[in-house]
Amino acid sequence: MSFDLTKAETPKADDAETETAPEESAARRGGLVDFLSGPAGRNLGLVLALVLLIIVGILTGGERFASTDNALTILRLGSVIGVVSVGMTFVIAGEGIDLSVGAIVALCSVWATTIATQTMAADYHWSVMVFVALAVGAGCGLVNGVLIAYGRIAPFIATLAMLAAARGLAEIIAKRRTQIIRERGFVDFFGGSVAGVPVLVIMFAAVAAAGWVLLNRTTFGRRTLAIGGNPEAARLAGIRVQRHTMYLYILLGLACGIAAVMLMARTTTGTSTHGTLYELDAIAAVVIGGTLLSGGRATLVGTVLGVLIFTTLTNVFTLNNLDTSTQAVAKGAIIVAAVLLQQRVARTGST
Amino acid sequence: MTDVVKRFPGVVALGGVDLTVEQGEVHCLLGQNGAGKSTLIKVLAGVHRADEGTVEWRGEAVGLPDPQAAMDLGIATMYQELDLVDGLTVAENIFLGHEPSRAGFSQRATARRAAAGLLAELGHPEITPTTEVGALSAAAQQIVSMARALSRDARLIIMDEPSAVLDAGEVEQFFAVIREITARDVAVIYISHRLEEIREIGDRVTVLKDGKTVSTAMDAKTTSTQDLIRLMTGRSIEYVFPRRSPVAGAEPMLRIENLSQKGEFADISFQVRPGEVVGLAGLVGSGRTEIVEAIFGATRATSGTVTVDGRTVRPGSVPAAVAAGIGLCPEERKSQALVLQASLAANISLASLAKFSRAGLLDRHGETRAAEALLDSLDVRPRGAHRESRTLSGGNQQKVVLARWLLRGCKVLLLDEPTRGVDVGARSEIYGLIRELTDQGVAVVVVSSEIPEVLGLSDRVLVIADRTIRHEGPADELDEHAVLDIILKGDAA
Repeated sequence: MSFDLTKAETPKADDAETETAPEESAARRGGLVDFLSGPAGRNLGLVLALVLLIIVGILTGGERFASTDNALTILRLGSVIGVVSVGMTFVIAGEGIDLSVGAIVALCSVWATTIATQTMAADYHWSVMVFVALAVGAGCGLVNGVLIAYGRIAPFIATLAMLAAARGLAEIIAKRRTQIIRERGFVDFFGGSVAGVPVLVIMFAAVAAAGWVLLNRTTFGRRTLAIGGNPEAARLAGIRVQRHTMYLYILLGLACGIAAVMLMARTTTGTSTHGTLYELDAIAAVVIGGTLLSGGRATLVGTVLGVLIFTTLTNVFTLNNLDTSTQAVAKGAIIVAAVLLQQRVARTGST
Repeated sequence: MTDVVKRFPGVVALGGVDLTVEQGEVHCLLGQNGAGKSTLIKVLAGVHRADEGTVEWRGEAVGLPDPQAAMDLGIATMYQELDLVDGLTVAENIFLGHEPSRAGFSQRATARRAAAGLLAELGHPEITPTTEVGALSAAAQQIVSMARALSRDARLIIMDEPSAVLDAGEVEQFFAVIREITARDVAVIYISHRLEEIREIGDRVTVLKDGKTVSTAMDAKTTSTQDLIRLMTGRSIEYVFPRRSPVAGAEPMLRIENLSQKGEFADISFQVRPGEVVGLAGLVGSGRTEIVEAIFGATRATSGTVTVDGRTVRPGSVPAAVAAGIGLCPEERKSQALVLQASLAANISLASLAKFSRAGLLDRHGETRAAEALLDSLDVRPRGAHRESRTLSGGNQQKVVLARWLLRGCKVLLLDEPTRGVDVGARSEIYGLIRELTDQGVAVVVVSSEIPEVLGLSDRVLVIADRTIRHEGPADELDEHAVLDIILKGDAA
């Protein structure tokens, strides 16, 4: 048997992806599309949606809508869910999800307003209540984080369990009663205003600003996005993925603690029904803001805009005496529209 | 099939394949990794469409537009990754997609009876149709897979390395089943790297190389091993390997002692000196990738030690390995190495974020500058540190992964398939880069399925087969032929 080895030709092993294609297509695409699919463009769309809502608000509500008071009301109402949404942005950016935020807010508010806590606060300082709320929030986040990062339970399931357990615990502690806050110092401080701006709004602004810096300007934010984008690549680059994932849930738990303090100040109560459905509002705000549910890309400006859009919508509807059921339907429609739009933009951006 | 050609964008995966399979024969396909075996199977299974050439089925030209068409003709495929659904029962798996049904209700009892019948025909009545497939052994799953093929009246069954997951006894049983079905005039295309198996079960052999059939329909029993290996080897290589530089006779930079991982590899010991390239040659699945991943701490070795520059590395921890000065360019660039939607700069700095941290704040200008400098020196195109890494070609992506470890500054660099999916030009550049690194005293371990690449690039070569080191020696004392010989003549299963 004889074989002619010279007959074998060399494979034309050109690269599967041509090198010039991306450049060419980028050049062919208009600069406008590039801009609109970039971060600034996505936020521009949200700003437009917000402006549109405001116009509708002015047309239907007139003076009642377009007043400084009403604007501050919107911001005050949005601030609590806003703080939770900032934390949620980090968890979603890291390819996670947290369904337990509302329940954690409830537990924090209840724990921080028990007779024991309030007595201690009366003896020392009202800030004891703040510390309790933050500690309980961070603790719940720690449990979530450990279960998800080290126990390898799917985030959906682990936080679903926390949702049930935290609210149940809140009910047990409060015995299903609303606990009134008697600490005037606490209510006065957080319920007050600085130069006409409610403290709650200032807190939201501060949390959002801190979140923006953390996400965009720190190594922590960079690691978060890397883990969300490709956890295996992050791991093989030497990043401690499990520990970092745990931090993300603790961060969100802390945000829930802050939100609980704000909610307690607004309502002067702590109760196990606080924060009901916050998880859905927060996830919705984050997602319509442009953060990818699949992780790896996040925008805090988008989240803040998402919160403002939902709060303004509620406000416009309330001013027009539309019931909450109609609001819920409209919210659902907006979420779908926003996500469809996002996908469209993502496709033009990638092809 | 005659003169079948399959092109992928930019790559000719099959460049003229001729293959004739007779009724009732076991036709073996032999070829190195990347020779085009998998693509050929997929063309026959209707997963890929051939760009040229014809496929004749029982004398008639047929098109194979999709998997359903192939199944309707009677072509069934048993893929390397078993395509059974673990959570379903044996019977449900066998009839998946063509469940016996009446008026939309599945006839479960009928399915169970038919499944039991098929399994009994195959000589395995002990597999009960109501068992969940996930609970079966790998061998039993193969039988179920074959029963599924027969349930569709397959006349040709394609088996892609079916013995890879079986032990010696199981292989014997499996062969008995193959003999059983070929006696009923069912034809089998059998793919395996194990020459002994081909001799035992095969009737005829076809050898593929570079997407072409170099020799077809040789007698499986009488063709000599020498001839078969000669046909598989001799791939013409058009890349130029940089000249080796002499390795300084220093203390070893990387020392691996008795590294083992249960079920993956056993008793691996070797050393790499500064400036030396050690190549791991072996087939896919031989344990090569598992070895480098264990060295890197990505998986935990069951026993053994990894020592870098005289210091033992804490096992099972990637951060510890990175801190010790080890870097890994993993096998799967897109799923394991790159954050595709992140910028080149972010990907390059990923292992060195601490370098750019000022009290936790990220020094983004410093990061961009460092990334740009590296992208320039590695000639990554198109330019731009803020470009998303997914927009780059394979070769340029690989350079970005290398840049990550250059920025970090490694003492030991592990490269797993560094040139997979990389075009010829970029290959030479990557080879050059590896030599530059060794000139700076880095110790390099290269894993590659392409034997000429391992031989051309390395100073020393370890031949890995059956999950352990079969041979160790200087690269210039080995040729492709000899390496294949060692691999293929390893333990029979």
